[in-house]
Amino acid sequence: MPQPWPRPEVDSDSRPFWEGLKQGELRIQHCADCGRHIFYPRLLCPHCFSDRIEWVAASGRGSIYSYTVVHRAMGPFADEAPYIVAIVELEEGVRMMTRVVSPRDAVAIGRPVRVVFTQVDDALVLPFFEVTGEG
Amino acid sequence: MKSERVAAIAGVAESDLGETPGKTVLQLQAQAAKAALEDAGLTKDDVDAVFTAGNWAWSTTMMLAEYLGIRPRYTDGTNIGGSSFEAHVGHAVAGIRAGLFECALITYGSTQRSDRSRRRPMTGPQLTAQYELPYGLPTPVGAYALAAMRHMHQYGTTSEQLAEIAVATRKWAMMNEKAMMREPITIEDVLTSRWIAEPLHLLDCCLVTDGGGAVVVTSAEKARQIAKRPVWVLGHGETHTHNTIVNMPDLTVTGAVESGRRAFEMAGVRHEELDVVEIYDSFTITVLLTLEALGFCKPGEGGPFVSGQRTAPGGDFPMNTNGGGLSYCHPGMYGIFLLIEAVRQLRGECGSRQVKDAKLALVHGTGGVLSSTATVILGRD
Repeated sequence: MPQPWPRPEVDSDSRPFWEGLKQGELRIQHCADCGRHIFYPRLLCPHCFSDRIEWVAASGRGSIYSYTVVHRAMGPFADEAPYIVAIVELEEGVRMMTRVVSPRDAVAIGRPVRVVFTQVDDALVLPFFEVTGEG
Repeated sequence: MKSERVAAIAGVAESDLGETPGKTVLQLQAQAAKAALEDAGLTKDDVDAVFTAGNWAWSTTMMLAEYLGIRPRYTDGTNIGGSSFEAHVGHAVAGIRAGLFECALITYGSTQRSDRSRRRPMTGPQLTAQYELPYGLPTPVGAYALAAMRHMHQYGTTSEQLAEIAVATRKWAMMNEKAMMREPITIEDVLTSRWIAEPLHLLDCCLVTDGGGAVVVTSAEKARQIAKRPVWVLGHGETHTHNTIVNMPDLTVTGAVESGRRAFEMAGVRHEELDVVEIYDSFTITVLLTLEALGFCKPGEGGPFVSGQRTAPGGDFPMNTNGGGLSYCHPGMYGIFLLIEAVRQLRGECGSRQVKDAKLALVHGTGGVLSSTATVILGRD
């Protein structure tokens, strides 16, 4: 029997992020003092230590900063390999880990991507990305 | 060399290595601690500071000190991954300099191979791990693969260049009877070994073994009283730049830039004065990034730097002379074995793999997912 998809342990830092995904919104934070965007979510701005933090909807567009094709996967992912895990840099300047769901040949560092809200099981939506051009 | 002699490594030892079924992490550390203290000409009653790192107890130093029958006046369980033990050496020198203690015992032990624990999921609250766990990046290899892919993109580094490191390291292992992998390999062997996470092949990755080690650091005064040649700690530095790989500021630049610079400054030595270097090799890319960050070559030039088997026996840059984590042993947190080999090289104890007349060595640990670095520069009189 396949193991369940690993579930994020939602906490009071992350709840708006995970809730947003279910509503088709990629939410990140923004610092009202220094103006920089923040991901992952936290209580204080890691740049200027301000606690004036607000949630904003990201554009969902960015580019591939790096990626790997996973061939030897563990636990619940063992039967899924090969698959592509990437670090995407959003237009807002923050990076996040993700899966890239485009074909292997289309994936390269620097290529533009956009978010694809993906229902991986009954209760979990993850922000995967797809390649949108040559970059 | 202009640095003062504050503290020295007086004793080093490994425990049983490789596969140690039935042994516990405490037994491996006890074995290594006894042998390292004998090597130093000291007893456990000389030890007044204990250092260890691991995730096998709620308080590792309390459990280990109790098991060994030691009541320390200084305790340090700093765990920053594989570089913890280089950091411990730095902390021990600082404590000795401050007059807090005279004799530090640093140990490590792991039974991860016998336990099959490498593939066991982590436990504990996820906290910031929740933003990465759902994507299935295998840890730690996937993170190092992301760094390697970025380095290749940015600088044109090739899989052949990474393979040079694995091949050269294997040649050193062939001269170390304690090494687990002693069959020669070629660059072609590395490139045709199966993918783990692109662009890293199986032979770009370290071994998974059991094993333990111990290092004894003493004050200069105590070191001068003991029989063997003391190996002076001339400089040290440490840092960590991130925890999870997404938060690494630049996937091609490690904290070795900082920890290395501080260690070189403290030691007052130049790169070209070093006789031998022992650099954490969890993966081939770990070595390449570290050589650049430590300033042995410019950013992006790590590939050409290691080409032509430059780091192999007979090359002009002797590196990882015990066969490294890639071919000798790698029980999860490898850093203590770098120190052990550097000390043996400086004492001239390495037999057929001895680097001729080695006087100055650099030891560099990397922990987590390129997260922590700690650099130590060692020298003999």
